[in-house]
Amino acid sequence: MSTANLLYTDTEDALRDSVRRLFADRCKPEAVVALYDHPDADFADVWKTLAAELGLAGLLVPESLGGAGASAREAAVVMEEIGRAVAPVPFLSSAVLATVALLKAGETQTLRSLADGSTTGALTIPLSTPPGAYTATVRVGASGATGRISSVADANTADVLVVPVSGPDGLELHTVARAAAGVNVTPALSLDMTRPIADVEFSAVGSTRVDNGAAEDAVAEALLCGAVLLASEQVGVAQWCLETTLGYVKERKQFGRAVGSFQALKHRLADLWLEVSSAGATARYAADTYACGEADIPIAAGVAQAYCSDVAVHAAEECIQQHGGIGMTWEYPAHLYLKRAKSDQLALGTPYRHRARLAELIDLPT
Amino acid sequence: MTFDEQAIASDLDARVQQLLATHNPAHTDPQEFLKARFDAGLAWVQFPEGHGGLGVPQSFQEQVTAALAAAGAPEPAVAKNGIGFGMAAPTIAAFGTEEQKRKFLRPLYINQHIYCQLFSEPGAGSDFASLGTRAVRDGDDWIVNGQKVWTSGAQNAQMAILVARTDPSVPKHAGLTYFLCDMTDPGVEVRPLRQITGEAEFNEVFLTDVRVPDANRLGAQGQGWQVAMTTLNNERVAIGSGVPNAMIGNVVAAWRAQPELRNPAMLDELMRLWVESEATRLTGERLRQQLVSGQPGPEGSAMKLALARLTQSISGLEMQLHGEAGLRYDDWTLRRPEMVDFIGRGPGYRYLRAKGNSIEGGTSEILRNVIAERVLGLPPEHRVDKNIAWKDLPR
Repeated sequence: MSTANLLYTDTEDALRDSVRRLFADRCKPEAVVALYDHPDADFADVWKTLAAELGLAGLLVPESLGGAGASAREAAVVMEEIGRAVAPVPFLSSAVLATVALLKAGETQTLRSLADGSTTGALTIPLSTPPGAYTATVRVGASGATGRISSVADANTADVLVVPVSGPDGLELHTVARAAAGVNVTPALSLDMTRPIADVEFSAVGSTRVDNGAAEDAVAEALLCGAVLLASEQVGVAQWCLETTLGYVKERKQFGRAVGSFQALKHRLADLWLEVSSAGATARYAADTYACGEADIPIAAGVAQAYCSDVAVHAAEECIQQHGGIGMTWEYPAHLYLKRAKSDQLALGTPYRHRARLAELIDLPT
Repeated sequence: MTFDEQAIASDLDARVQQLLATHNPAHTDPQEFLKARFDAGLAWVQFPEGHGGLGVPQSFQEQVTAALAAAGAPEPAVAKNGIGFGMAAPTIAAFGTEEQKRKFLRPLYINQHIYCQLFSEPGAGSDFASLGTRAVRDGDDWIVNGQKVWTSGAQNAQMAILVARTDPSVPKHAGLTYFLCDMTDPGVEVRPLRQITGEAEFNEVFLTDVRVPDANRLGAQGQGWQVAMTTLNNERVAIGSGVPNAMIGNVVAAWRAQPELRNPAMLDELMRLWVESEATRLTGERLRQQLVSGQPGPEGSAMKLALARLTQSISGLEMQLHGEAGLRYDDWTLRRPEMVDFIGRGPGYRYLRAKGNSIEGGTSEILRNVIAERVLGLPPEHRVDKNIAWKDLPR
């Protein structure tokens, strides 16, 4: 049944190394934590390097449209590293969600500028949007686009907003410059300030329709691809938490011995290791299935999201608990991962939503 | 697939076609076919040439098995001889001499030798290395005395993998030796051991002056612990890897077929276990892809841990789903099954039998120690008996 390659190719390993080096160098936890006190702390240069110099913004875009012509397998490796570093870069919102929506809609102009990293986009939907049909809260009429979308990831730093709007004949996909007249983007205080959300208000905004009638499919495809790749980010978060906790409990001594020698902790870490390994297998399966265009992509995506979301949260919670007091401090980076893990669990549908969707997909009626 | 992999694949394909050409499955006695398959190196391709294999990666076995199955070829009795195929064969391949491999692998493969496992003892469960069955050298033989327990299939077995103490004067791990024991020896007595399901899958085995030739010793004298670890790592991988998917399939089928059983609160729990079954299947698949050498490491322990939790959770949910029908049981008679039949029996049986999954082949607690210490590098348990001669241990 499954012939998917669940491992990593040499090329994928090389890609991972280059992304990991970039984040190790320019995205250290002590720099990232500054975002909570200074939301304007600028990581734009890290994103520029990732997007344009390493050329990763165009991973999912075909070469004929100016991209790298890679697949979800490579994008998943980038997402794992973003998770490991809780990197505050808009890869998911721009290079995945906005890019896939435009690609599926048949748009090419904005897509090229997203692919080469010269422009950053954001798919203007709430980050918590679950899988399935999307209902637009923005309407388009003779006077332009009007409406409000709350909790949009990375909207405040995007150049172009890719907006699903409700038109006279159903869903349409439009692009709008964030700086256009009538667009009002209000940053929110986010639980996870490394993927900041903002509320977006349109008041009679002039916008460009970019879909060829397939807006609904385009948004669904973006959500599907986003769900597939978010699972890999969750794996990266979970791996960092597990490895960091292991390192700590081997060093930390109480009662005259390393606390990691106590079964109360080591048995839970054995269970967590198993969970993280399984999460890696489901995320890899989803990425490979998506890359190969297999028929069961929605099921593979649902399994990966339902499973990896909870594993990342569990890993982050264990990380805090097994560190004891130090895990609760602002200066130790564990909290950055807890905040990312919990936000990721709510992003693109909670595990409950994904399980409910899976029940429909495998024909289990309520 | 690389160039080399393609070359191996097409070579295997040619060998399969050759075997089928010379031994048409439709007109060949099944055992004769299995002998020919073994001699063609297509039994277990990762084993060395001359011993049923061709020394190529285990991942190629699937291709051979599929091609032969498609041609209607007879299959070896892997399920009936689970201990032979899952544990004895890989251990013999890893530690046997040329002579031992020649003598034991072929009869095992063609179903002449059904194996059982003489490891656990009443006083040596999780602390398996403390076992007390003694083997004393007598000329070219060893004389074995002791009692073993939890021996499934002993009543049908011709051979056993046996670990016995050959030197009581050294610490427990160092005094063990691994043997292949003939179960038809008159000193072997097998008594059924009835379990909570009503049946008796397992046995107690009493060994009284059983004579085992030194030629049947696997590995060096005193190396029994290391040899047994190979067996146990294989056992933990072999234990029921497809069972959770089949079990959840049962529950899903009942949910679809019997609307009156449905309960909205239960659907999320069912889906949670469905997702975990799928995640565990993929974890096993990835583990197989990582197994380049063909010998599972301690990571296999994690699979058994996952499987035990799943079979117990799924069978527990299944009982609740069936409600009233869950109050009934299908058969309390003392049966002597040849293998565990999780799917053919009722929900009550599944619920009860699954309880053994977190005990047999290493309890889940021991497996967590194995993962924590040998995979994650966490500090080992305090072992007060580590440097004491076995004969001086407090009992």
